[in-house]
Amino acid sequence: MSSLRFFILSLTLSLCFAFQSDELLLDDDEFGLEGGNQQPPRSDPHFPSPSTPAPRKRFTESSSSDSKIQFSLHHAFGDSDFSDAGNFSARLKTWSHGGQTLTKLRFSRNPLTEEEQKKFQELLQTDDFYRIRLPSNVLSPPGRDYIISSVKARCLPGEGLEEHFVIHTEGVNILAVNYGAPGACPYPRQLKRPARWSFKSHTILKNSEQAPRTPIFAEDVLGGEEGEGELVKPVERSFWAKYWMYLIPLGLIVMNAITQAMNMAEEQVGGQGGAPGQQQPGSAGQRGSNAGVRRR
Amino acid sequence: MAIRVFLIVLLFLSFTNLTYSLYEDQVGLMDWHQKYIGKVKHAVFHTQKTGRKRVLVSTEENVVASLDLRHGEIFWRHVLGTNDVIDGLDIALGKYVITLSSDGSILRAWNLPDGQMVWESSLPGSKASKSILHIPKNLKADKDDLILVYGKGSLNAVSGVDGEVLWKKDFAGESIEVSHIIQSSDVIYVAGFADSSKISVYGLNAKNGELLENNHAALPFGTFGELLAVSGDMFVVLDEMRSKIVIVHLKNGEISYNQKHISDLTKDLAGQPVILPSRLPGMFALNTNSYVLLIKVTNQGELVLVDKVNNGAAVSDSLSISEDEHAFAFVHYGDNKIHLSVKNVNDWNHDLLKESIVIDHQRGKIDKIFVNNYVRTDRSHGFRALMVMEDHSLLLVQQGEIVWSREDGLASVVDVTTSELPVQKEGVSVAKVEQNLFEWLKGHMLKLKGTLMIASPDDLAAIQALRLRSSEKSKMTRDHNGFRKLLIVLTRAGKVFALHTGDGRVVWSILLPSLRKSEACENPVGLHIYQWQVPHHHALDENPSVLVVGQCGPSLSTPAVLSFIDAYTGMELKSLSPAHTAAQVIPLPYTDSTEQRLHLIIDDKQHAYLYPRTPEAIDILKHEFSNVYWYSVDADNGVIRGHALKSNCIQEAVDEYCFDFRDLWSVVFPSESEKIIATMTRKSNEVVHTQAKVMTDYDVMYKYISKNLLFVANAAPKAAGEIGTVIPEEAWLVIYILDTVTGRILHRMTHHGCQGPVHAVFSENWVVYHYFNLRAHRYEMSVVEIYDQSRADNKDVWRFVLGKHNLTSPVSSYSRPEVIAKSQSYFFTHSVKAIEVTSTAKGITSKQLLIGTIGDQVLALDKRFLDPRRTVNPSQAEKEDGIIPLTDSLPIISQSYITHALKVEGLRGIVTVPAKLESTSLVFAYGVDLFFTQIAPSRTYDSLTEDFSYALLLLTIVALVAAIFVTWVLSERKDLQDKWR
Repeated sequence: MSSLRFFILSLTLSLCFAFQSDELLLDDDEFGLEGGNQQPPRSDPHFPSPSTPAPRKRFTESSSSDSKIQFSLHHAFGDSDFSDAGNFSARLKTWSHGGQTLTKLRFSRNPLTEEEQKKFQELLQTDDFYRIRLPSNVLSPPGRDYIISSVKARCLPGEGLEEHFVIHTEGVNILAVNYGAPGACPYPRQLKRPARWSFKSHTILKNSEQAPRTPIFAEDVLGGEEGEGELVKPVERSFWAKYWMYLIPLGLIVMNAITQAMNMAEEQVGGQGGAPGQQQPGSAGQRGSNAGVRRR
Repeated sequence: MAIRVFLIVLLFLSFTNLTYSLYEDQVGLMDWHQKYIGKVKHAVFHTQKTGRKRVLVSTEENVVASLDLRHGEIFWRHVLGTNDVIDGLDIALGKYVITLSSDGSILRAWNLPDGQMVWESSLPGSKASKSILHIPKNLKADKDDLILVYGKGSLNAVSGVDGEVLWKKDFAGESIEVSHIIQSSDVIYVAGFADSSKISVYGLNAKNGELLENNHAALPFGTFGELLAVSGDMFVVLDEMRSKIVIVHLKNGEISYNQKHISDLTKDLAGQPVILPSRLPGMFALNTNSYVLLIKVTNQGELVLVDKVNNGAAVSDSLSISEDEHAFAFVHYGDNKIHLSVKNVNDWNHDLLKESIVIDHQRGKIDKIFVNNYVRTDRSHGFRALMVMEDHSLLLVQQGEIVWSREDGLASVVDVTTSELPVQKEGVSVAKVEQNLFEWLKGHMLKLKGTLMIASPDDLAAIQALRLRSSEKSKMTRDHNGFRKLLIVLTRAGKVFALHTGDGRVVWSILLPSLRKSEACENPVGLHIYQWQVPHHHALDENPSVLVVGQCGPSLSTPAVLSFIDAYTGMELKSLSPAHTAAQVIPLPYTDSTEQRLHLIIDDKQHAYLYPRTPEAIDILKHEFSNVYWYSVDADNGVIRGHALKSNCIQEAVDEYCFDFRDLWSVVFPSESEKIIATMTRKSNEVVHTQAKVMTDYDVMYKYISKNLLFVANAAPKAAGEIGTVIPEEAWLVIYILDTVTGRILHRMTHHGCQGPVHAVFSENWVVYHYFNLRAHRYEMSVVEIYDQSRADNKDVWRFVLGKHNLTSPVSSYSRPEVIAKSQSYFFTHSVKAIEVTSTAKGITSKQLLIGTIGDQVLALDKRFLDPRRTVNPSQAEKEDGIIPLTDSLPIISQSYITHALKVEGLRGIVTVPAKLESTSLVFAYGVDLFFTQIAPSRTYDSLTEDFSYALLLLTIVALVAAIFVTWVLSERKDLQDKWR
């Protein structure tokens, strides 16, 4: 039980040097699938530990060489001192152009001792911080300083204890680590005891992305300068959108005229019918229309 | 639904109006502009000729200006760059103003009447040194008027006509600190100290700079301070113990000296004496702590004490009033007045002028005084004095009165906050209303005339005057639209001003006693100003107050100074000088029962102090103890740390308002590849109207809105300097968006071939930043928008109906963020001094970026131009959504400069404040000048414009009603006629 080990894989990125950008973008896509945003819904408590890394063949320069390195994770309970908690092992890839990148990160966590379990219980009780630290340089730990990260202990217990590392690297330097539960940790945090005192760890290595390039339109360089011309004529509006204010009154007038004309015609029909009774047939039309209007 | 309709209407409105602009006659209606020059360093009067009397000044804001001596107005002025510090100012040839700047390496001549630059010479040199501008009288080399300039370790003789360097003598190899240039007929003597005890004098031929003689004399002791010229060949200096005065005599290049103990001159010597740098013929002034000694130097080199001035303040340079009569002025304080005396240097018993002036004590002490003489109507000598006060204001005093004053402290605004005005009290008299009604009608009749174009030119002028003076906007009460506010500004002099947003007048000002020089606090500086108490519940009977935080000296390890000021009256309520420092001030989002905001002040010894110091504040903080987080940026080491409160301080003296804190997280940037050059957070008082953003395909995106986001821009250490010092391959810019509670990096991106300076603005879920692209040789602006994916499932209506959405669940920083970031970059022509974003009361109105350009103007750029969703050929739906076709550069539309034709010289910052009216945002830009205006990024869709003619509306209604009646009567009549037929 206590000797459970979790081998977690991780994905790798190469440094983004400008002339390699094509390769990098590919990596990014793949990386995004596993580590970033398009993750399966995290409500699933049985987060599948991806034990089989997608074996990617890297057709890289033949001169790149690998070496194995290790660096350790320290942890602290509340304000206690840091103690060993586990080991990261990774391969350090040295590129022909001199850059170095970390790949194939593996993590093995030491099992929690009785005492540590007790301390963790205390943290859960007081809703205090569980803190970890990593060296800022993997070749000469601790580098300039340790990278510290902490999380409220109550965020970690799930089935067992679940943790999630996103380690931001730049060559052999570690900048920061995003540490926390793999899922949500809603506030207010409920006190929940873990069923098993073992960590289920997920680790991801992350490198810098390259910013999207500014679009360049050679022919538009001039057009861009005088943005005004482009702005003054906004999207071409339809005839109706442009002239509705004229069209509506026009329509009203036309309709009015039509009704009037219809009335007139009606009147004339009626007037013709009643013509024998009229003394002055000559002015019948006009007066008839008047009457028609009045009747309306 | 209503909101959607509203948004559509808004969209429609904003679509028709991509630019904000105003008509010519609207200038000055809502905006005001004030011109300042800063604290005067040098002043030269130009009053000899008839015509306009003027005074030429150079200031600490690097302004050279010509002021009208009658009214204090600016005839012309030039603002030199921030690195171009003016060291000397004088008049040459009677028509040129000569300025020496940039450590004595740039000499410029400006035309006296109009301020046009006539010529400019650059005087390169290798050694940093003191710079001296000396314009000798009647010294000619080849019929050319010479200007002697010492700077950068060499002496240059420059032609006054065209600025050509006639000859140059380099002293860089000579280890001499040149402090004086003395001219005698054809020989120029250059005197100075090499060490503090060795005097060197070099004699040069004025015609060609040839070295004629070179003398040294070693004093048997060191000296203190600078050599001061007493007469053409006599100098005084203090010895290093500051107990003796050394008189140095240079006769034709020969050096001799004698010395005298100060205690021989005066018995009661207290404190450390200092020689004042006033140039007086045959005299000098010695300042001890309690008084100023005026000491005469006889031709034999003897010292005679002529006067002792108690409470002395300032001594002017001398000025010659006739052949060999010299006068100078000095001031001293007494019984709440300032006593100005002008004396003849040679005739001590006789006062040329003695005046007492009452000066507002909020101006503080007199810092500098410059005198000028004129001939009175009775042919006697009259004097006027230009005084530079402690609060950096400038006064002209003549005949015992202040002729004019300029509030030039406002040229150096340090920080700005705003305050609401008092609520209007009930009880307005009927008579007033009636009069107002009449005025109102009259005004509207005038406007109506204007609208119907039947107004005469006189009427038009009256209309414009009416609009400009509109008493409404400068009232001292709160208005319905929230346009009237107080801008409370802290200046470098430690003075706080309240400016009315209506017309920019100073409502009150206070020279903070706690920010004045004192024994305990040597060089106090004001740092920040915060809103301390904003009463809402008791707005009628309680005044808001502001907190000014300063420190005693420029370094962070000096103790803090806190001052609380009533925002309506300008009275200092109380001041504290705590023992701790103020490295960081954090306004907390909690207020106590009197609506005082809780503040945490972090010192440099890892303690946090809570203010206000009340038990109630402690209770509130205890309650929220575990929810207080902050971060600190250590730019030198490239480390950002997150902190949280831990417990009460463990130290000897028990202080329950002091807390220890712990580091929760840290981000360590590799020092060999990254250096922090800019950080930016969201404004804490920003309001976001909606989290959802509806896309063109009726998809919903949720903005990732967190108050705890930090934008960090890092440049390559090599590329942290000026643009052009590195090649593109060596430069890169890495940007980060961090969560400041957990230290998580939410987004990280590298711009290759780019470098700073970076100016950024963070609002809602986006950040816009400006930097230089070395590959494209252009400035660029990028936008990053962050969207929350964890809420992305809430699209289905059925989920809402069945309540299966997670929109109401509280957001926690400890949850793993699922965010996506979209970004895009655009070219931008200008370099930028400041970026801000408009803020409105409810956050509904679309946003505009306010960009302070290098030309000291403020450009309003619609945020939609900086939209990562812009595509080359937007679909019809996207167009309807307001997406602008993709271009590579951002347009600069000349109508969208909100400063229209004006310039905010020396622009340093832009502040936006929401008005109560949703459409409108108030903008205050400060630098050497101040500028204020209101802008409506989507036009004022929620109110009628100021100049809407109600009278015309009324008239139309009346006319319509009348027409209805008339036609009705007519038709009735016709009916009747018809019936009778």
